[in-house]
Amino acid sequence: MTHFENAEQAKRDPLYKEALTELLYQFADDDFILAFRGSEWLGLAPHIEEDVAFSSITQNTMGHATFFYQLLEELGEGDADVLAHERGPESRKSAVYLEKENGDGHYLDEPFYDWALTVVRHYFYEEFKQVKLELATRSSYQPLADAAQKVLMEQPYHLAHWKMWVKQLLAAGGEAEERLRARMVEAWGEFKDVLELGPKAKQMADAHLIAGEDVIETQWVERVETTVGKISKQQLGKKQGSGRSGEHTGELTIALKTLSEVYDTDRTAIW
Amino acid sequence: MYNFVEQGGVNDSGIEEDPEKYQKFMERIEAGKLIEADDWMPEEYRKTLIKLISMHGISEVMGALPEKEWTPKAPTLKRKLGIMAKVQDEMGHGQLLLRVTEDLLKPYGKTRENLMEDLLNGDLKFHNVFHMKTKTWADAGLIGWLVDGAAIISQTNMLDASYGPYQRALHRICAEEVFHAQHGEAIIMALAEGTEEQREILQDSVNRWWPSLLMFFGPGSASTTGSSKQEITMKYRIRKSSNEELRQAFLDKYLPRVFSLNLTVPDDTLHYDEQEKKWIYQQPDWNEFKQIISNKGPMSKERLRLRQIAYENNRWVIEALSKEHSFS
Ligand SMILES: [Fe+2]
Ligand SMILES: [Fe+2]
Repeated sequence: MTHFENAEQAKRDPLYKEALTELLYQFADDDFILAFRGSEWLGLAPHIEEDVAFSSITQNTMGHATFFYQLLEELGEGDADVLAHERGPESRKSAVYLEKENGDGHYLDEPFYDWALTVVRHYFYEEFKQVKLELATRSSYQPLADAAQKVLMEQPYHLAHWKMWVKQLLAAGGEAEERLRARMVEAWGEFKDVLELGPKAKQMADAHLIAGEDVIETQWVERVETTVGKISKQQLGKKQGSGRSGEHTGELTIALKTLSEVYDTDRTAIW
Repeated sequence: MYNFVEQGGVNDSGIEEDPEKYQKFMERIEAGKLIEADDWMPEEYRKTLIKLISMHGISEVMGALPEKEWTPKAPTLKRKLGIMAKVQDEMGHGQLLLRVTEDLLKPYGKTRENLMEDLLNGDLKFHNVFHMKTKTWADAGLIGWLVDGAAIISQTNMLDASYGPYQRALHRICAEEVFHAQHGEAIIMALAEGTEEQREILQDSVNRWWPSLLMFFGPGSASTTGSSKQEITMKYRIRKSSNEELRQAFLDKYLPRVFSLNLTVPDDTLHYDEQEKKWIYQQPDWNEFKQIISNKGPMSKERLRLRQIAYENNRWVIEALSKEHSFS
């Protein structure tokens, strides 16, 4: 198996680089959009202690996105800020489920956000991210393996946080459990997109960038069901489409507009 | 610092005063000793602290909201991370201070929940600056630079406060505020050295925020608005300097910086009086100030509405947590 020590080596192999950048865009775009959804929650969490913890996780997540955009920058994809702010929805590789709005309303106007959606989404996502990062530590691309190792240092805290929420709300029974179960079933119908590696999955596997998506799925299902039990008899679905293939909803378009609002007033200025 | 509000959330509860204990108490604080949560303290002292610290705490929480408006919109990844870190700190300050307040509230049987209710029904005020609108990214920078700058000045003034738990909280908070001011200053510097448009939004921001910044320290004397707690807080060694002294310190520190960036402030009468060794400035409209802190400011209703939604919309979560706790 060929091992690539740095960006310069990877750049000399166009096929390898193509699969590698695809994978890095998934990592970066997933964290970027979910950090955005998290930042919309600030000041609206169930209690102030949670606001503090949640915003800390959100900040770390945005930090991870930044980190992955920088790896792309090293590979000659362009400036990290350009990658984060200028790419349209059609070129985003994030999963569709992650762009779903937090609930009704806008973050500045009547934000009736749903804590059940947020708890389920973050818990499912952090379990997934844990699996994907663990697999990436054995990547043939050394900078990715190192990045995964580094991000994994913060990951246990994030995962534990959302796992605790899921367990507490399920244990409470009644309305809380019902709300959570409904959001889990909903997620089950959409989450396959998150677990997939997209159109270049085979290239990624061939290049030993990361293990196959079947491995990701198996490990994720096992870990999640250990915590919450069987979720559904149905197959995992991707009802909202395949974000990995660039399919997205209008909710991503609106999110990207907000994320780039100031940046877009002058793309060449120094901010 | 939030020493100018008349109504707090506490009713008279008739705890008996003891002249002997009172005298010992005063001797202790005059000797520079700290009072702790479980120590005996005069009713007036406890109430003054509750008003001061609950308002400070809730202002940290409400103060995160104007910046939150710009958090996702921050124009670079670095700025996004910077402002996320800052708003998180502010919520953390709120949490820390509300806990200090909760301990003081114990004899009255009141809790955090009561404080939130007081906020929503208007009994607990939050700081005047956080009732104001934000309009551009420059406002996010200006808040960090000058609002946090002003907060550092008024909080530093209480670093020797006689109440131990508040003093320790302030030490932690002030250490973080320094980073906030640096974060704000970095945004401001980029705008000041930037394009014509960037300079324009910066100057516009200074113009709009100037009166609020002067109001920040509260009126110079009770006669201005008919209410000032500064004498009591000084008597109990909670703060050292008066509102006007703090405002002068702020002007001393920041006006030279404002001018060095080729910015102006919207006050033609502003000048330094060499004889009196102080800044002469046009008084802000103190009637408007009273209106603002009575939740009649430009954004008071909207920001309170956000907290109300958070409170009501998540009720099922809080109920679930209390149920879950009773099982374990
Ligand atoms: Fe603060
Ligand atoms: Fe601050």
